Amino acid sequence: MKILCAVKRVVDYNVKIRVKTDQSGVETSNVKFSMNPFDEIAVEEAVRLKEAGKATEIVVVSIGPAQAQETLRTALAMGADRAILVQTDVTTEPLAVAKVLKALVEKEAPGMVILGKQAIDDDCNQTGQMLAALLGWGQGTFASKIAAGDGKVAVTREIDGGLETVDLKLPAVVTADLRLNEPRYASLPNIMKAKKKPLETITSDSLGVDVTPRLKTLKVAEPAKRQAGIKVPDVATLVDKLKNEARVI
Amino acid sequence: MPILIFADHDNASLKPATAHAVTAAAKLGGDVHLLVAGRNAASAAEQAAKLAGVAKVLLADDAAYEHALAEPVAALLVSLAPGYSHVLAAATSVGKNVLPRVAALLDVAMISDITAVVSADSFERPIYAGNAIATVQSADPVKVITVRTTAFEAAAATGNAPVESVAAVADPALSSFVSAELSKSERPELTSARVVISGGRGMQSGDNFPLLEAIADKLGAAVGASRAAVDAGFVPNDYQVGQTGKIVAPDLYVAVGISGAIQHLAGMKDSKIIVAINKDEEAPIFQVADYGLVADLFKALPELQQAV
Repeated sequence: MKILCAVKRVVDYNVKIRVKTDQSGVETSNVKFSMNPFDEIAVEEAVRLKEAGKATEIVVVSIGPAQAQETLRTALAMGADRAILVQTDVTTEPLAVAKVLKALVEKEAPGMVILGKQAIDDDCNQTGQMLAALLGWGQGTFASKIAAGDGKVAVTREIDGGLETVDLKLPAVVTADLRLNEPRYASLPNIMKAKKKPLETITSDSLGVDVTPRLKTLKVAEPAKRQAGIKVPDVATLVDKLKNEARVI
Repeated sequence: MPILIFADHDNASLKPATAHAVTAAAKLGGDVHLLVAGRNAASAAEQAAKLAGVAKVLLADDAAYEHALAEPVAALLVSLAPGYSHVLAAATSVGKNVLPRVAALLDVAMISDITAVVSADSFERPIYAGNAIATVQSADPVKVITVRTTAFEAAAATGNAPVESVAAVADPALSSFVSAELSKSERPELTSARVVISGGRGMQSGDNFPLLEAIADKLGAAVGASRAAVDAGFVPNDYQVGQTGKIVAPDLYVAVGISGAIQHLAGMKDSKIIVAINKDEEAPIFQVADYGLVADLFKALPELQQAV
């Protein structure tokens, strides 16, 4: 079974982002970028499925600017076999990404698509569900365990009340949650090897997909700041403040 | 045109989150209809009918909807959507699973996790773990939206709307429910509790969580955790508060042994009063705490239990 993974280049999770003064967006120049952490988990899962003999080939895709090549190289160093960059400088929305991925799935015919459940920049949590919809496939979102069987996959999902397991007919789309696995660090020899793995760059036009955003961003603003509070010397003072000042207990 | 809300429920009862989505819908203008899709879900539909501001409850009762699997439920919502200007759901694990599928099938953009309604086509939503707030406008014919429940009050249970049956649509039969492992607790639900007390890596072990639970029981509080505590296996995943876990905004949030990574703050910084107990006085959690106590939690917690 071939597995297709989608990865996004995002502002690194450790970066404290700054809103641009003209409120047009978030400052992204001179900022560290990395692979979206949930996508790293998705790639790791694909690599583990291949190591377990359940997958034969891993194709990793990114839709974004030329620099997303670095993100794809990271995925190749983790163990993906080849990469496709759908290059665009447009800010991509989940629906557009899902349409691009659908076009690629039709070309590549994978048995499963694994993506992160959410990108940590736009926090949308939509792309996997949208891709499954467009393909007419089943979806296993927020996965904390994947058990691939014959013609189906059992996906254990993190839900509000605990865990839920569903069976999906293959092919299917799975989105990775935090507890699915712990992604490996690519070793130096694998980073070197990844430089020689095939990385194809194409455009969304060549796939016949319109990636123009549907939503208009009117402004991006700083959230209301919390006032820093006070330190209390002991538990008795804390309880007194909560009872008599804040009146919450 | 009316507005359709996809209700979150377990067939027997309506999840409190749905009442918050009703309040968001009321700001859009238009009659509010609530869809309850389930199996033997009449009692959930009855509760839905009591929410103030709901004009009509649609009940789709069919075996295919028992577990709210995304594929059959999305097919149902898509069949109903053409009569509506907006399709909403609370941003619970069910809403987040189903609504993007609906949006893609309708070929419209989706707007996740709104925190304010600016107008019928413009909404505020947090991005970058809540470190920026985007205002977005949609020109799509149907707006598909999930609602952050902490940003909207719950609608009161003072209404009396009629319940109307709607027929099930064909099940795409792509998925089937196998099992669920639900945490059982006598304490209030994390996302609707008035007081939340959360533990982090500083708790050192799941065996120490009873120290928090004893206080929670005295305060009628829910117990939560940081990602570090969940990843370490101290507590189950459904305890997680944060950017990708649960978003809470109780009257009182007590963070114990939690350093305060931005991903955790994203899930609790809208709480009315925040208390931090941490032995590291440099911990970033103190920058958002109204009351900070620099102390060893293993000393402070038993004292706190005595004092409240």
